[in-house]
Amino acid sequence: MLNLPIYLDYSATTPVDPRVAAKMIPYLTEHFGNPASRSHPFGWAAEKAVEDAREQVAKLVNADAKDIIWTSGATESNNLAIKGAAHFYAATKGKHIITVSTEHKAVLDTVKELERQGFEATYLDPQPNGLITVEQFKAALRKDTVVASVMAVNNEIGVIQPIAELGEICRANGTIFHVDAAQATGKMPIDLSKLKVDLMSFSAHKTYGPKGVGALYVRRKPRIRLEAQMHGGGHERGMRSGTLAPHQIVGMGEAFRIAREEMATENERIRMLRDRLMKGLLDIEETYVNGDLEQRVPHNLNISFNYVEGESLLMAIKDIAVSSGSACTSASLEPSYVLRAIGRSDELAHSSIRFTLGRFTTEEEVDFAIKLLHDKLGKLRELSPLWEMFKDGIDLNTVQWAAH
Amino acid sequence: MFAPAYLDHNATTPVAPAVLASMLPYFSVQHGNASSRHEFGRAARRAVDEARQRVAHAVGAHPTEVIFTSGGSEANNLFIKGAALRLKPGVIAVSAIEHPCVRNPARTLSRQGWRVREIAVDAECRLASADFSAALADKPALVSVMMANNETGALQDIALLAAEAATAGACFHTDAVQALGKIPLDFRSLNSAGVSALTLSSHKLAGPKGAGALVVDKRVDLAPLIDGGGHERGLRSGTENVPAIVGFGVACEQAVLHLAEAACHLQMLRARLEGGLSVLGATIFAQAAERLPNTVYFSLPGIDGETLVGKLDRAGYAVASGAACSAANPEPSHVLLAMGVAPAMARGAVRVSLGATNTEAEIVGFLLALSAIHTQLKSMTAMVD
Repeated sequence: MLNLPIYLDYSATTPVDPRVAAKMIPYLTEHFGNPASRSHPFGWAAEKAVEDAREQVAKLVNADAKDIIWTSGATESNNLAIKGAAHFYAATKGKHIITVSTEHKAVLDTVKELERQGFEATYLDPQPNGLITVEQFKAALRKDTVVASVMAVNNEIGVIQPIAELGEICRANGTIFHVDAAQATGKMPIDLSKLKVDLMSFSAHKTYGPKGVGALYVRRKPRIRLEAQMHGGGHERGMRSGTLAPHQIVGMGEAFRIAREEMATENERIRMLRDRLMKGLLDIEETYVNGDLEQRVPHNLNISFNYVEGESLLMAIKDIAVSSGSACTSASLEPSYVLRAIGRSDELAHSSIRFTLGRFTTEEEVDFAIKLLHDKLGKLRELSPLWEMFKDGIDLNTVQWAAH
Repeated sequence: MFAPAYLDHNATTPVAPAVLASMLPYFSVQHGNASSRHEFGRAARRAVDEARQRVAHAVGAHPTEVIFTSGGSEANNLFIKGAALRLKPGVIAVSAIEHPCVRNPARTLSRQGWRVREIAVDAECRLASADFSAALADKPALVSVMMANNETGALQDIALLAAEAATAGACFHTDAVQALGKIPLDFRSLNSAGVSALTLSSHKLAGPKGAGALVVDKRVDLAPLIDGGGHERGLRSGTENVPAIVGFGVACEQAVLHLAEAACHLQMLRARLEGGLSVLGATIFAQAAERLPNTVYFSLPGIDGETLVGKLDRAGYAVASGAACSAANPEPSHVLLAMGVAPAMARGAVRVSLGATNTEAEIVGFLLALSAIHTQLKSMTAMVD
């Protein structure tokens, strides 16, 4: 028996894994100490838990625990990384920033704020497959490029950007390279001992950890300096003040430990489910997959359904919880800026659905989603005059619409 | 297992059972992102909205005046830097006893051309009224004075100070992190007196760590510190920490409900504790000031605070030698120095901060342990001398 609605929106947020929740709860009750308390065991126990978790986060990405700074989430990490590095190095390196037009709002809005403060930004438009090319990036790079920020995995279409190559180019140019890896952890291997990445943002709640906690990797060799964005008691090597929340941090540590140990097998299972979903949906006429299928994490499927109206489609498939864009921008009715940036028309962008599968997704749920989409699309298209015209062989692009 | 008695509630508090119970569903079945439009998301949004109402109700504010943050430090940073960013550089006046998460953001403003004016306190940790007037004569654009001090527990007459500051044309903020849940708080009346914003934190009143709020008059023009997605009316982006926010709401509601009864219990315990301390010849800081009912900050002459705290820990009593945030810092407390306490005496400072779950038996036990340690340390000092 299926529980409705079925959750297929794992890129918006994930449930906390029960093993993670079990580890967290003692840090809300008996081990509730403030890790900054140095005078009693309540504080020591909390501090030890925080440091153990730091090891677990570092291990997932093959970094040193000392390189990991706790934050309240990936949005804060992105703000700290980009503003912190831009401000620290502007005087010596310059005030030019490179990013990609399909980045998360946490990066785009941060770069826009820096533009207001006098920085200059280049927004690279990806190719139709969602990826930027090394040549494109090289062409935008300047002597005064102080920071480049490129996400590892896109939150809407799941494509994986060529981080390793971009890192080499940045290092050679003396540009600080930041990578938003919020959507990448547990979905693809990340090895910071090999990647020339200076700053990397992480989120717990996209990887079966709790909301309210994230981390920023800050490379120490060569040493990257940041201007702190939050000042106070000097926690986290002075880069981020504020009482640490051990229950959340412990949760992130455990979530990342599980990701490290289980991602290989888990991702194969999820890939099979995703491929099953894709095959089932592409059986429907006039459907298009958005984003490259090779350079892509296994849990993401983003499909445009032609000749249906996006809002009606979302209303019709309420039994599955999916999104038409990223959660952070879903309050607006604007079509996805990511899909627009890769060249989809407004109509196709409007009738796109992001399906993101995860640890608790079952084959039965996938089959239910396939059947639901077949049924509802059939009904919606029966009512659509555009679909009728398309079926009659009329090329809609040549139709002269009467003004009214 | 041997569990020490926890007497450090101004550092942080255990989460109350009712608070924990309210949070748990939001880790599992109700795990949605509050910005998602499907049922999971809408349920999370409702939970955040309800929590906002609870927090607002607890402090007499309108829900739309509550901006959730990751904690008190962030809320203080948001007000000080966020308000300053929208103003022409001028003077910011902060009291000499503020928490580092007010003092340090204020200091960073000097890089943008601001001048920081520190306001002195008297020997009882109360704002020195002459110096406050003098500071206002400098025409500060921003003034921040904490409602209750985290070390001494001393309370300031915020309504009075804010009224004066407002007359002088300043935008007034108060860090109410230690006051929330311990004394009544009413933003509406404070706001009419001239308070533009106040900072709250969840983990000081039996809520979880990881949530706090800035309660702010909507006429104050603030710039966000964290961009990206436009959450919290554009003032604080980032996926809402739903379980912590829910827990914060319930913690506020519970604290206000039990405030009078808890204050009565705490005052009784405090009187007992201070009676015992005076027998040992302790100096109790800010004793003549209006104080939080739960805080006792004292020094035993000739006894080092760190040593005392360590010995008390081994005897089973968790107390602090100062604020947790600067516990790694061997310098004597800036609060005590501002009060004119001699550095040697300040190095002896020990803070006991009580919670509603503490018992009279724990206080009696604490005093017995302290007395024994005191005798031992005195005889050791005598031998060295």
